[in-house]
Amino acid sequence: MTVVREIDVEVRVNGAAYRCGVPPRLTLADFLRERCGLTGTHLGCEHGVCGACTVLLDGEAVRSCLVFAVQADGAEVTTVEGMAGPGDELSPVQAAFRDHHGLQCGFCTPGFVVSVTAFLRDHPDPTDEEIRQGLSGNLCRCTGYQGIIAAVRAAAGQHARRGREEPTAAHP
Amino acid sequence: MTSLEATAARYVGARVPRVEDPRLLTGHGTFVDDVTRPGMLHACFVRSPFARARLGRIDATVALDLPGVRAVFAAADLNPGVHEQWYTLIGKDVPDTPRPPLAEGEARFVGDPVALVVATDRYVAEDAADLVDVDYEPLPPVVDYTTALAATELVHEAYPGNLAGALGAPMSEDLAAVFGGAAHVTSATIHQQAYAPVPMETRGMVAEWSGDELTVWSATQAPHEVRMFLARLLGIAEHQVRVIMRDTGGAFGQKVLPLREDMCIALAAMRLPAALKWIEDRRENLLAAGMSRHEHGEAQMAFDGDGRILAAHLDHVQDVGAYPTPWPVGTAMAVGLLFPGPYRVPAAGYRTTSLFSNTSGRTAYRGPWQFESVAREVLLDIAARRMGIDPVDLRRRNLLRHDELPHTNPNGMPYSDMTPIETFEQALGMLDHEAFRREQADARATGRYLGMGTCSYAEPTTSAMAFQGTEGATVRIEPSGKVNVYVAGGSTGNSLETAVVQLTADALGVDIADVRTVQGDTAVTPFGAGTGGSRSGSMLAGAVEESTTVLRERIVTIAAHQLEAAPEDIELADSSARVRGTPAVSVPLAEIADIAYFQPHRLPEGVPPGLEVSARYRARSPLIWANATHLCTCEVDPVTGAVTVLRYIVSEDCGPMINPNVVEGQIAGGSVQGIGGVLYEHLAYDEDGNPLTTTFMDYLLPTATEVPVIEYGHIETPSPGPGGYKGVGEGGAIGAPPAVINAVADALSPLGVEITRLPLTPAAVVALIEGAR
Repeated sequence: MTVVREIDVEVRVNGAAYRCGVPPRLTLADFLRERCGLTGTHLGCEHGVCGACTVLLDGEAVRSCLVFAVQADGAEVTTVEGMAGPGDELSPVQAAFRDHHGLQCGFCTPGFVVSVTAFLRDHPDPTDEEIRQGLSGNLCRCTGYQGIIAAVRAAAGQHARRGREEPTAAHP
Repeated sequence: MTSLEATAARYVGARVPRVEDPRLLTGHGTFVDDVTRPGMLHACFVRSPFARARLGRIDATVALDLPGVRAVFAAADLNPGVHEQWYTLIGKDVPDTPRPPLAEGEARFVGDPVALVVATDRYVAEDAADLVDVDYEPLPPVVDYTTALAATELVHEAYPGNLAGALGAPMSEDLAAVFGGAAHVTSATIHQQAYAPVPMETRGMVAEWSGDELTVWSATQAPHEVRMFLARLLGIAEHQVRVIMRDTGGAFGQKVLPLREDMCIALAAMRLPAALKWIEDRRENLLAAGMSRHEHGEAQMAFDGDGRILAAHLDHVQDVGAYPTPWPVGTAMAVGLLFPGPYRVPAAGYRTTSLFSNTSGRTAYRGPWQFESVAREVLLDIAARRMGIDPVDLRRRNLLRHDELPHTNPNGMPYSDMTPIETFEQALGMLDHEAFRREQADARATGRYLGMGTCSYAEPTTSAMAFQGTEGATVRIEPSGKVNVYVAGGSTGNSLETAVVQLTADALGVDIADVRTVQGDTAVTPFGAGTGGSRSGSMLAGAVEESTTVLRERIVTIAAHQLEAAPEDIELADSSARVRGTPAVSVPLAEIADIAYFQPHRLPEGVPPGLEVSARYRARSPLIWANATHLCTCEVDPVTGAVTVLRYIVSEDCGPMINPNVVEGQIAGGSVQGIGGVLYEHLAYDEDGNPLTTTFMDYLLPTATEVPVIEYGHIETPSPGPGGYKGVGEGGAIGAPPAVINAVADALSPLGVEITRLPLTPAAVVALIEGAR
């Protein structure tokens, strides 16, 4: 059996630099969970449908189960652990999920928080239809999406206010 | 005893934010896959690609040569390690069906685990699983349970006719006489497809044997069941097993009992030098974590000339797959017992038959008996249309009123504390039934097909049977005055931490921020049966009440002594004990705790030191009844077959609510699972027994674009249990399917469509319309 050659990658995750050798087939999700110890990124299907593993890769929401760690070489990654503000203050999206019962078991939640954060950055004033479309790439089995939709609606309002008041406060 | 009453509820009944949320929202939860141990090894199962095959030689030579592979186990290695195998929930005296850890002699469904590979990482374990060479001799499978009774092939040799068991009886002569003399008789055979719980977190376990103690981190609803089961399985003492679960990512019945893979991991861990982790992938979850809902029934009802029900009978047949868990025959009985539902039914009977097939085994799923509602409610709509009356009117003539209870149904179910007609009318009022009928008529005139459907059900929650009949809580006020509550747990999204903290804060009159709870660790919490059977709200309320009652009495006694007041004049509020009417005369809880722990000489005579109490609650009634009416409206596109749910109303009676957010969340989640079960989800097999839906591209869960806004109506009848609470976890998944089916059937009724087969995919709806032409 041939030994798989490892490839050096350097990735900034939530602002911190990680440099290590990885097998070419190591997914970004497993890299984050096992090499960086960031277990907030969850794996619900490993085939890119459920969205639980969503992270921001250079600002874009991606399924980290469908990205290899080597593809993230030189990139900036933000995971759910990087969403809260200083002093563990919940981000507007996280706070809205809490206020509107947008989570129950919490397994899909990190993917939703990351996806919604990117969605609201790109669609700061979404219609309900756009919210539902924006959420359609993430699966939740507990809430029936009721609290999640309400949370996004609320976060959108808050987002806009914060955007005006403190333009640099939005987290990536 | 007024002094021992809690002060006015501040938290119970309020929409208190969940204490679980901060860690889950920030990625700091601890699910089983987040657990790592020194030197931890990883497991991957080799699974049968055949629905049925004789197992020959299993050659692991090449697999074992792969660097990083530590072991490959076959049935001969693991299965002899089983000492006893039975579930505490069911007991050991039932005629249980087979459940070997690894397949022995024969593989019985696609996905049947035949070997277990252990390696230093999951990637290598998966590589090695592909290198294990298994000799399979394919055999003709029994795929269709509806013909299994007459099949020449057997899933299990010891079960002739593939019959796992049957209970009840065909229609008796007496009942047949009622049917014979009735003005109207309606019968229909209704088929439900297989679907599954599909929690977002798959199953998983980490097991570590120290030579003296087995520590297990498990994705489970019932850590103490896992502990007792594994101790018996391995032949070690109960207290040599410690089961830990912090966060579990949904379960819905699938994680209520340890399954075959869990047995394998524990058995293998006993023979390995380090912890062994198994995390099921989604393909395995859809292949082998179990099937639910696959059943049919010939439902019959007799009515008098005014549409009043005279009698009912259900002949129910269910698919139990190859390795059902638990014993499926007993649980099927509930389908028959509950078939009369919340209606006035003078006479009834049922028979239920459980048949094996070479498919994934039947497992519990949120309201495992829900076919009683599917069969009854769909039949009622068919009957109403055949009699030429609105299904709403038929129900109005037959639904039980609150003031008719208690009422024992003809199968012996002792209904009480329910509001069937009241929830029905509330739901109709929320819709404006008459306005909808006008809108429907107008739409039909323009070629659009709108429909409405309802489902009313009676749900037994909080069973007091055996293992589930008691629940313990330890409440410990620390020397600083902070409060910890220890309960068994098993919360898999059920918000049990929040509920317990609310209940305890009110019972002790302390600020909610001063209360924390520890759950899901068998080494430190009292014994408890976990989540299942919609029991946790009532049972935890009882457990907290028992413990805090003793604790309050002790606090009051100490405070009365300190304040030189009579105990009956002391009230607990704002984290202090004070004299009623003179709030300035008070002593902080922290000071009482300091006395109780560090200044025992200041305690009144006979009061023990410390502020820690463990107590157990024993259920006050054999069952607690909950009920609801679900109401769905939809539009069906007759060209594409697409069903769009328009309004979705749930009027329920779960008694007083500990936390309305949690109640509504449970209802919404269950309802959407039921909507998915009717319209999208199908755990399908081809005729050779090959599974067709092993990814989320094929097994379609509802997404945010399909779900309706759910509207809640609440009617409150207290139960006989503590606080009057009832169970609410399962009902949504029971009530939703018939409401959706009936809405589609109502929409298509002008076309002469009658629905008796599920799911209602666009293709199925188009076929129904074409078939009716």
